[in-house]
Amino acid sequence: MDFDYSDDQKFLKNEARRFLEGRCAIGVVRKVLDDPSRSYDESLWKAVAEQGWMGAAIPEADGGLGLGHIELAVIAEELGRALAPIPFASTVYFLAEAVMLAGSDAQKSHWLPKIAAGETIGCFATVERPGALTEGQIQARVEGGKLTGVKLPVTDGDVAQVAVVLAKEAGRMGLFLVDLAGPGVTRETLQTLDPTRSAARLTFAAAPAERLGEAGEGMALAEQVLNRAAVLLAFEQVGGADRALEMAKDYALQRYAFGRPIGSYQAIKHKLADIYIKNELARSNAYFGAWALETGAAELPVAAAAARVAACEAFWFAAKESLQTHGGMGYTWEVDCHLFYRRAQQLGLVAGGAKAWKERLVTELERRNAA
Amino acid sequence: MDFNDTPEEAAYRAEVRAWLKANAPGRSGGHESGLEDPVSMDGAKAWQRKKAEAGYACITWPKAWGGGGGKAWQSVIFGQEEAKVSTPGNPFAIGLGMCVPTVMTAGNPADAERFVKPAVLGDEIWCQLFSEPSSGSDVAAARTRAVREGDEWVINGQKVWTSGAHFSDYGLLLTRTDPDVPKHKGLTMFWIDMHAPGVEVRPIHQMSGASNFNEVYFTDLRVKDSQRVGAVGDGWKTSLVTLMNERLSVGGGGGGSGHQRVFKLASDISTLAGPAAKDAGLREKIADWFVQAEGLKYTTYRTMTALSRGQTPGPESSIAKVVSAGVMQDMAHTAMDLEDQYGIITDPALAPLNAAFQTMLMGAPGLRIAGGTDEILRNIIAERVLGMPQDVRLDKNVAFKDIPTGR
Repeated sequence: MDFDYSDDQKFLKNEARRFLEGRCAIGVVRKVLDDPSRSYDESLWKAVAEQGWMGAAIPEADGGLGLGHIELAVIAEELGRALAPIPFASTVYFLAEAVMLAGSDAQKSHWLPKIAAGETIGCFATVERPGALTEGQIQARVEGGKLTGVKLPVTDGDVAQVAVVLAKEAGRMGLFLVDLAGPGVTRETLQTLDPTRSAARLTFAAAPAERLGEAGEGMALAEQVLNRAAVLLAFEQVGGADRALEMAKDYALQRYAFGRPIGSYQAIKHKLADIYIKNELARSNAYFGAWALETGAAELPVAAAAARVAACEAFWFAAKESLQTHGGMGYTWEVDCHLFYRRAQQLGLVAGGAKAWKERLVTELERRNAA
Repeated sequence: MDFNDTPEEAAYRAEVRAWLKANAPGRSGGHESGLEDPVSMDGAKAWQRKKAEAGYACITWPKAWGGGGGKAWQSVIFGQEEAKVSTPGNPFAIGLGMCVPTVMTAGNPADAERFVKPAVLGDEIWCQLFSEPSSGSDVAAARTRAVREGDEWVINGQKVWTSGAHFSDYGLLLTRTDPDVPKHKGLTMFWIDMHAPGVEVRPIHQMSGASNFNEVYFTDLRVKDSQRVGAVGDGWKTSLVTLMNERLSVGGGGGGSGHQRVFKLASDISTLAGPAAKDAGLREKIADWFVQAEGLKYTTYRTMTALSRGQTPGPESSIAKVVSAGVMQDMAHTAMDLEDQYGIITDPALAPLNAAFQTMLMGAPGLRIAGGTDEILRNIIAERVLGMPQDVRLDKNVAFKDIPTGR
């Protein structure tokens, strides 16, 4: 039993935190928020690439650092804490994981080194309409190697070079890689809740598409990619939730009302204790998810769903109650609470909402109980 | 991060499993029954002695005290494995978890010499006499009065919520020795003989119908000054030693297996919308309970990891009871709602799953209160973990006798 980061991983975590405190102070996040023409912070992206973080879990043979998914989780936690405004999740948790999971040798050796070097930004294009991701909502079609259809919202779809697209081919679901600089692709940035993480509508009109994985396995592969991404996103959420709690704590100690710090009132104390409780439950579930991801354990579907549900709940609760603790100031543009409130919601929906993940979890439990 | 045992842990676990397989006696009456049945108490005592002789009782205590001379992680592994086999109820937990460590730490060496070993061997059972009718969460407001008469103290008053007082041999008693100083300064701790004249134990009839706790009355109970644990006026400091041990002895959850009972119930029940097992509202709740229970389980593993590495565990284990008690109450209430009108039946012969959810419903309020209420636990997390200031206190720097009491 060794259910915590190792000393090396803790060292990496400290390094990552120090690096992001220097390069991704909240002002960097705000610059992306306040400037509609910017989808992400390019200089931060380059700096993160120089650290090699995109390739943390990519094998050395494919240009990565070959560390592993626990190290990637460590980095994810710090990125989440910093609200890093970069397309890291789309590129690393979705594109790289999809290629490592289902790519041919040629696809791996083509894409993974570029991802690891920070030269390629990716995105994961599945949904087309409101509601949980189901096979029934997929209208996008591939015929003769050409993709036609509309995907939205696609996080980082406006800045990515390549998309992993879920579409039907001869009536069967498949995952496809599509070069977004190629013919037949138009994209349009969408107005979204969290402008520090951009999203787009991707319209494909006979765009060349290359299958990723076997024909007919698209839905199963998409779910496996989602399981992996859910674990890594959970670490971003835990990082964000912990920082939201710290902000609430600091404010509760500084702010006086009726002659004493508001943190001395039980209404505030109990609120903060409840945030702490949810954050710890989320962290523990995320650790188990990371273990399942790193070891390829059969528990991954249950572990990922539990990590996802706990992390969505924790970050949402921490963000909204941290804002509440800040009172009227928390509702202003200048105070940072709304950045966390926005990101909590963005991360809580980007890989599918908690409601859908709860259903996936219970379905897995039923399967397990029946076995 | 490795979810599996290290080779050293695996070897210890295998050794423990083999020993348990060869020695675990099976269950003979539970703690719920109050252990009043002499057969079940004999069984519990025999099991404790067997563990002690093999070094599996008080694993982290020095061998000279009758312990196992082992490491904290070994204690956790033994606890996990022991929980998987059938064993008699454990009437020793409060004594060995709280009272005896206090005597070891704060008592005089002769008392430690006298009491520790018999307690480890299961020959003598202890109870903790802290809570009173007017001091529950506010433990330092104890009123049970001890007045000095020469080399003796005369004790009058009442304690409440005393687990196991009716089968205990000794008790650790918090008393008020000086009502003229502020309340935390006028307390003194003693050990007492539960069979001495002047001690009367009356069972509390709980709302669940069971009686796991007692009221204990003291009428002119005389104790020697040598029975004092710690200095006169140091009772609060001494009680913190006890309560710190209480926090350490609280275990984590066993994971999300509770949902299986709900599935079992739902498989045989319909809602107006169809089979209960397919009810979206229920499925969301099952997911929530599972995630919370699993979160507690893995939080325990994090604590165990810190122990394995020889580190002090973080404060994360403090969330266990407040979460598990809430889940239990919500699960019971939801399950009974699913049973609909039939849910009012508590007869195990009729109610689904032998009335498991009805039993849970009636036990949950106790769990939310015992060992620190939900509210006190949130205060503790906010103050000790998150560093929030204490509430404004009206009882500091005031003589105890002048503190408003309500009635």
